[in-house]
Amino acid sequence: MSLIAVTVIGHDRPGIIAEATSALAELGINLEDSTMTRLRGHFAMMLLCEGDTTVSQVERALGDLAADGTLQVSAREVDRDEPGTSSGRPYVLTVHGGDRLGIVSAVTSVLARAGGNITDLTTRLTNDLYMVVAEVDLPVDADESVLAAELTAIGRQLGIDVALRAQETDVL
Amino acid sequence: MSLHDWSVHDLGTEGQVREVLRAPDAVLSTPSEKVDPGDASVVQLAADLVATMRVSPGCVGLAANQVGLAWHVFCVDVTEHPKARTTHGTFVLCNARVVEASRKEKGREGCMSVPELTGDVKRATRLTVTGQLPPSGDEIVVETDAFEARAVQHEIDHCDGFLFLDRVAGAHAVYARKTYL
Ligand SMILES: [Zn+2]
Repeated sequence: MSLIAVTVIGHDRPGIIAEATSALAELGINLEDSTMTRLRGHFAMMLLCEGDTTVSQVERALGDLAADGTLQVSAREVDRDEPGTSSGRPYVLTVHGGDRLGIVSAVTSVLARAGGNITDLTTRLTNDLYMVVAEVDLPVDADESVLAAELTAIGRQLGIDVALRAQETDVL
Repeated sequence: MSLHDWSVHDLGTEGQVREVLRAPDAVLSTPSEKVDPGDASVVQLAADLVATMRVSPGCVGLAANQVGLAWHVFCVDVTEHPKARTTHGTFVLCNARVVEASRKEKGREGCMSVPELTGDVKRATRLTVTGQLPPSGDEIVVETDAFEARAVQHEIDHCDGFLFLDRVAGAHAVYARKTYL
């Protein structure tokens, strides 16, 4: 059994997911985790699938999808990482302000120095407004107030609003 | 005095529609100053906020810094909104603050100052706030719930220099606003 990562990127149109997943189903491959979104109208999908198959078989099966040149498809084998036992505490970082170079790198560098691991990230640009939302696991011993102060200082430097707060999870 | 006895006519002045500023305008990130609810310019601002809210389709609240003044004043009107339970009609509060908030629930919010995005934000659905009415300056307590509670918290956030963007629940909680033609 091999675990294969597939990415599909390109011009969006109806039916991409249906075509990709039926091609994989015909090969007898199981879908595991996947994510798909549209970035400024571009289709972007990543998925992990597992089956008794090779990378080239997967690429051939998805060949039709890429045939008209509007989509790029790639597949590669990946290691099966055991899901990390995250001991971190989950936080949400929000940033908004005028569009300018280096916002994401400035704030994520602060998080990285504190040992924070970003688990999910979305950025959006609409007219003049740039928006970043990052979900980040902070080490248990990270000092939240020191980090928040450092982020506020960076925000002031760049003229952007930065907020860090604990992510609330409700278990129902 | 209670909110039920207050009406926009008490302001005694005609409101002018003002331009609503959009993020990333710095005034939207500026904490507002306390105001004198009896001051003529504050009373005029209160009337202007109501007038601007009323001409803006779907607008259920507006804070002073959205029209460029970092003063602690906002208006709300969620009357007839389908998600509202308790409603107090149109009202304006000065120097309002939250005294009790409980039963948080997630809900989708938009904002005239962030016209192209919406976001899921957790807010208290039971809320008690205090504030002052213009022009009398009477200190009142407002107890509300559901959508009116959400609107009041959104507006108090504006007065404190925050947007709903500062409170979105996670990386998948921001959405491009859909416009149906
Ligand atoms: Zn707003």
